[in-house]
Amino acid sequence: MRELLSQKVLQLKPSGIRKFFDVANEVPGVISLGVGEPDFDTPYHIREAAVQAMQSGKTFYTANHGLLELRREICNYTYRKTGLKYDPESQVMITVGGSEAIDIALRTIINPGDEILYIEPSFVSYLPCIIMADGVPVPIELKQENRFRLTREQLEQAVTPKSKALFISYPNNPTGAIMEREDLEALADVIERHNLLVISDEIYSELTYGQEHVSLASLPGMKERTIMINGFSKNFAMTGWRLGYALGNQEVIEQMIKVHQYVIMCAPTVSQYGAMEAMANGEADAASMRESYNQRRRYLHHELERLGLPCFQPEGAFYMFPDIREFGMSSEDFAMDLLNQEKVAVVPGSAFGESGEGFVRISYAYSIAELKEALARIERYIQKKRSE
Amino acid sequence: METVSMKILKALETNSRLTNSDLAIMLDVSEDEIRSEISRLENDHIICGYHTLINWNTVSDEDVTALVELRVTPQGGDGYQKIAEKIKDFPQVVTLYLVSGAYDFLVTVKGRTLKEISLFVSGKLASLPEVQSTTTHFALSKYKELGVDLDVEKTDKRMVVTP
Repeated sequence: MRELLSQKVLQLKPSGIRKFFDVANEVPGVISLGVGEPDFDTPYHIREAAVQAMQSGKTFYTANHGLLELRREICNYTYRKTGLKYDPESQVMITVGGSEAIDIALRTIINPGDEILYIEPSFVSYLPCIIMADGVPVPIELKQENRFRLTREQLEQAVTPKSKALFISYPNNPTGAIMEREDLEALADVIERHNLLVISDEIYSELTYGQEHVSLASLPGMKERTIMINGFSKNFAMTGWRLGYALGNQEVIEQMIKVHQYVIMCAPTVSQYGAMEAMANGEADAASMRESYNQRRRYLHHELERLGLPCFQPEGAFYMFPDIREFGMSSEDFAMDLLNQEKVAVVPGSAFGESGEGFVRISYAYSIAELKEALARIERYIQKKRSE
Repeated sequence: METVSMKILKALETNSRLTNSDLAIMLDVSEDEIRSEISRLENDHIICGYHTLINWNTVSDEDVTALVELRVTPQGGDGYQKIAEKIKDFPQVVTLYLVSGAYDFLVTVKGRTLKEISLFVSGKLASLPEVQSTTTHFALSKYKELGVDLDVEKTDKRMVVTP
């Protein structure tokens, strides 16, 4: 059978997370810190708006771009957050999660052989999506000592005449890193000089602590060349709704729409009505979730420090990425052993690319009580390891 | 911006077992500040207690709750205050609200048996001179209390590991 299948697909590596999930899922009494989604229910008023839409029969296809009212709300929201003006008619499209936007953005810009520079460690779909679109993936390995931010020097080093685009994602999954305005400014003229496009996945934009998220597109000259991807999953606790969006130059969006319309037609209608409520009235919910995450972030970081696990204090998303190299194990062995010994699930850093090796991802989308129990187990585990 | 004391209240409202040291870390303030804020909130009777929400029905059949509507005659200059003070003194009374609408007080009463509550309502509440009438509703099932779902064990609906 295999010989009948696509070589490109056959050669894709299965997701490291999937493999780990299959094991962790079979362990009874497991405490998981391995989840990449909010623990909060979608705010009630958002669910209610979707139910109402469904009950009043708003269950047909929408325009390929998505509901115009929702696109207007998204443009208003984006303006409030970034000061950037996008035209609801032509510069925004609604997608099936941020994931679809990533895929179609890559497929829209890549000609075979184009190099796509992307940061690593990073979300699991970037690399395979670049390969599926016939691009050449060029990972830029981020360093713990730079708090996993991308530096100008690293970008300069990675650029070649074949470079088509830079793909960044801040606030970052899995490291929790952010890029501040001056970090982004340092990249801007390199991007301009080499005429790169930028895909910026900002799905965690509401989740920064102590400072507001800065969008690369808001820097002079960057808006035109940036495809900004965002969505509802993380910011409004709506993962299962599968709804995201892309904002960008009219010419790019117009082409992305073609891919989108032939693949998926439009994003789910009922979800779009829920999202409209989130955009219009959801900012207080986002703020209150952010406060909870921030309290947990401080708590978890304090505890990791107490346990002596090196980890910079992350300023975004809801992840920490501690360094476990002292134990002399691969991150997969470490995660597997921790799971077997103490029934705590964390995600091996290598699932996010080779440069994640030596680290594990710990999510703090959990209550303080859950974090406490998990940390007690982790403490027991590493004390045992250290005394061996 | 929310004040530190508001954040303390919100955190303790759902988990009163958080220690001062936990709160200090979570809110990024000193433990001394937490301690003095909490004492102030206690002294001002803003924090009124640290209770545990127990679903007694799961361990005992002798847990009966009734909601009692009271219509009363307010007293001269004191209005409802005096009568409220009389009613809240009874240990059987667990909540007491003055409400708008067709009656005046809504009283939650707890007892071991239906009979015990009946005797309390007829013998103690109804016999207060200000009380004109009572209507007693016995609770048949409790589904939610203090915002907590009592029936369903709260389980994480997420998958164990996701990207």
